[in-house]
Amino acid sequence: MSERACDHCTARSWLLGRLAGNLDKARGRIEQALALCDDDLIAAVGGREQARLRRELETLDVDEVRSRARAAGLETVCGCDPAYPSRLRALAGPPAVLYVAGGLDQMVDLLFEEPVAIVGSRRASPYGLDVARSLGRGLAVAGVTVVSGMAIGIDSAAHAGALEAGGPTVAVLPASANRPYPPGKRALHGRIVAGGAAVSEVGPGAGVWRWMFPARNRIIAALAAMTVVVEAGERSGALVTARLARGLGRPVGAVPGRVTTPQAAGPNGLLAAGACIVRGPQDALDHVFGAGERTAAAPRRQPPAELAPLLAAIAEGHETTAALARAGFEPDKGLAALAELELGGFVRRGAGGRFRVAP
Amino acid sequence: MLARVATFAIDGIDPRHVWVEVDIRSGLPAFTIVGLGDAAVRESRDRVRSAIANSGFEFPQTRITANLAPAFLRKVGPGFDTALALGVLAASGQVPADSLNAYAVFGELSLSGDLRDSPGALAVAEGARRAGLARLIVPRERAREAALVEGLEIAGVSSLRAAAEVVTGGAPPPLPAPVSAGHTAAPAEPDLADIRGHSAPLLALEIAAAGGHNLLFEGAPGTGKTMLARRIPSILPAMSRAEAIEVTRIHSIAGLHASGLVQARPFRAPHHTVSPSGLVGGGAPPRPGEATLAHHGVLFLDELAEFQRSSLDALRQPLEDGCVTIVRAQRALVFPTRFMLVAATNPCPCGFAGVGDRCRCGEADLRRHSRRLSGPLLDRMDLLINVERPAEPELRAPPQTSSALARERVAHARERQRFRLAGCAARCNGEMDARLVRRHVRLEEAAEHALAQAYAVGALSARGRHRVVRVAQTIADLGGHDRVTHADLLTALSLRQRGDADPTLAAA
Repeated sequence: MSERACDHCTARSWLLGRLAGNLDKARGRIEQALALCDDDLIAAVGGREQARLRRELETLDVDEVRSRARAAGLETVCGCDPAYPSRLRALAGPPAVLYVAGGLDQMVDLLFEEPVAIVGSRRASPYGLDVARSLGRGLAVAGVTVVSGMAIGIDSAAHAGALEAGGPTVAVLPASANRPYPPGKRALHGRIVAGGAAVSEVGPGAGVWRWMFPARNRIIAALAAMTVVVEAGERSGALVTARLARGLGRPVGAVPGRVTTPQAAGPNGLLAAGACIVRGPQDALDHVFGAGERTAAAPRRQPPAELAPLLAAIAEGHETTAALARAGFEPDKGLAALAELELGGFVRRGAGGRFRVAP
Repeated sequence: MLARVATFAIDGIDPRHVWVEVDIRSGLPAFTIVGLGDAAVRESRDRVRSAIANSGFEFPQTRITANLAPAFLRKVGPGFDTALALGVLAASGQVPADSLNAYAVFGELSLSGDLRDSPGALAVAEGARRAGLARLIVPRERAREAALVEGLEIAGVSSLRAAAEVVTGGAPPPLPAPVSAGHTAAPAEPDLADIRGHSAPLLALEIAAAGGHNLLFEGAPGTGKTMLARRIPSILPAMSRAEAIEVTRIHSIAGLHASGLVQARPFRAPHHTVSPSGLVGGGAPPRPGEATLAHHGVLFLDELAEFQRSSLDALRQPLEDGCVTIVRAQRALVFPTRFMLVAATNPCPCGFAGVGDRCRCGEADLRRHSRRLSGPLLDRMDLLINVERPAEPELRAPPQTSSALARERVAHARERQRFRLAGCAARCNGEMDARLVRRHVRLEEAAEHALAQAYAVGALSARGRHRVVRVAQTIADLGGHDRVTHADLLTALSLRQRGDADPTLAAA
């Protein structure tokens, strides 16, 4: 276990935890509040407790704070340490301490080269989930770390995709790094910690507060060399991440969606505003590393010739067995061919037995 | 003076031999019935007294004690009335006591002395033959049903007077004429010819019927899941006589059945609020549940995800073993439950998953829905079929097939199975266990390869693999193939996959 957070930074992170309940009431954007120095922060959100907070901060037992993190199995690194991810320093108020579950060294390795963030809506469509997963897998195959927030929907799909390809993935959590949030993602959290790392800015024991989500988004935006939005509604947190990334001067990518799908409004809007188009992992790789520097995976396999017409029919939107029967693929033969395509990984079966071409 | 009459109690679905002993002594007029009878048996005293008086006999004004032996068996219902009345008549010398020895007597009495229709006559007849009795007196409505048991002389009588005449040596009345199908306008059986579109579900129905496989329909509301399921009995092969008698016995006891032999395979569709004991049997006294009423037929569970977890769990043993054992103090009852399970469900709580953007379910909803469905029951489904709205032109098109055509193909496939499985416990592919699958199913090399590939990519569990092979064998039987071909196996695979609304579910 390495504990590489200095006293001053540890005290700052303790203060964030202490003020966790107050920060929801902070005026303006949370990243501005987090950029304030300790004294100003207490003045801004401390309310009537200011004097007591200052006294507590002065007499704080830093070792006790450290021992709590140790007991939770978390490693720490602060901004004064060379192992601290340097991209985070671009933030106006970078996290004082990063708490890491899954190994500090591992996290440093994973974040050394250009990571890519994949973010998006919690209410994702099957298409969005598919794309997020294949982006995660494609980037991981190319050796690129996938950063995301482990939220349900797109975030989880991106992590799951990266884990399929061996797992270079980092989850940035809103509350403590050893606390799976949302709680339903306990299994995914376990696999991320085993194969990658989970990090957060607040120490163990803090609750989950509203401000922690945009604050977490700023860390995702800062950690990644590029942020890709897969699906996001008009008011999605993923758009906050995209705005923050743009504010840091990092490229923002977006996956185009159907104009009639509400979840596509976010990425389509970003594209209209000049974000770079991401049609697959290769687009993201070209953008981060330069065209043709890295390749996502082996070139696309071709299905056996006799199955090509069926695959084409599915790609044209005949996505159910009934629709395929209408297009001339009778079930007595078509079902066998479908199974062959499915086995070969060319098509995938979604909710309601709808087939779609695997991305 | 003492008289003894044989009758039968119905315990679960089995007849138990009961002796009605009637003893008449001088003393103050009284009529007591002992022998663990329920309220209906106690009330029998008053019915018997009035029936005897109203049939032109004399009710003895002495001390009468009736005993239903064996005394430990709980006796339920009014079916002992006639035996009690004949016992009183014999004990008081109004009918000869010795001539009762060859008879079993069964039926409820009305105050006027008429024999009322009573459920369970077939079970009683079977019990009488097993007990070595030669003749049986039953209510007239039940005579044809009781006559299904060979080697018994059945007297279907309509009154206590007629019963007494039969016992004293009168000729038993002839059996009532069968209710001919021509007279009662039989409601039109649901037929596959009513179905438009739905080509894949139709194929699946035929496969399920041919192999006795369990089937799950998944589809948005109003797409025709129930309509498809209702037509399964119409393509199942006709029941053998032994099967039909078994079904008749169960349905007669449950009071579901009018007269004669049940010809159509049962189709039971319990509502999703059904309790575990309503589904698999139970209660006090134990009664057969829906699973037993669907014996040799189809048990249809509509809105599978809405059933109580405990009810679905209770179905596991009956599905696996083909029977359910209900243990009560003193005894265990076994109810047969060899049915085909057909279930229908929406793909997600709102029902519109995958239909454009209509689905409004969140990930948590989908997860909950999927968890309710998954687990032991989904694993026991052989065919998972998506049903969707037919297109407009299909609704106007002529029917694709009819039940008669499909039934012929099904019967042909069943014939092949019967030949192959001769001498085994299983009668169709759906009942084969792993050992029988290994012994009887032969895959072509390409099919073997595809199966190995499906298993390797994680598309199948070990149990799922076994189920796919059984379905593939049925498809081969329908196609007349000696070995399971590559296409047979792939079709079976395709009919077992269930689309997942959320790809992270598989990974997380």
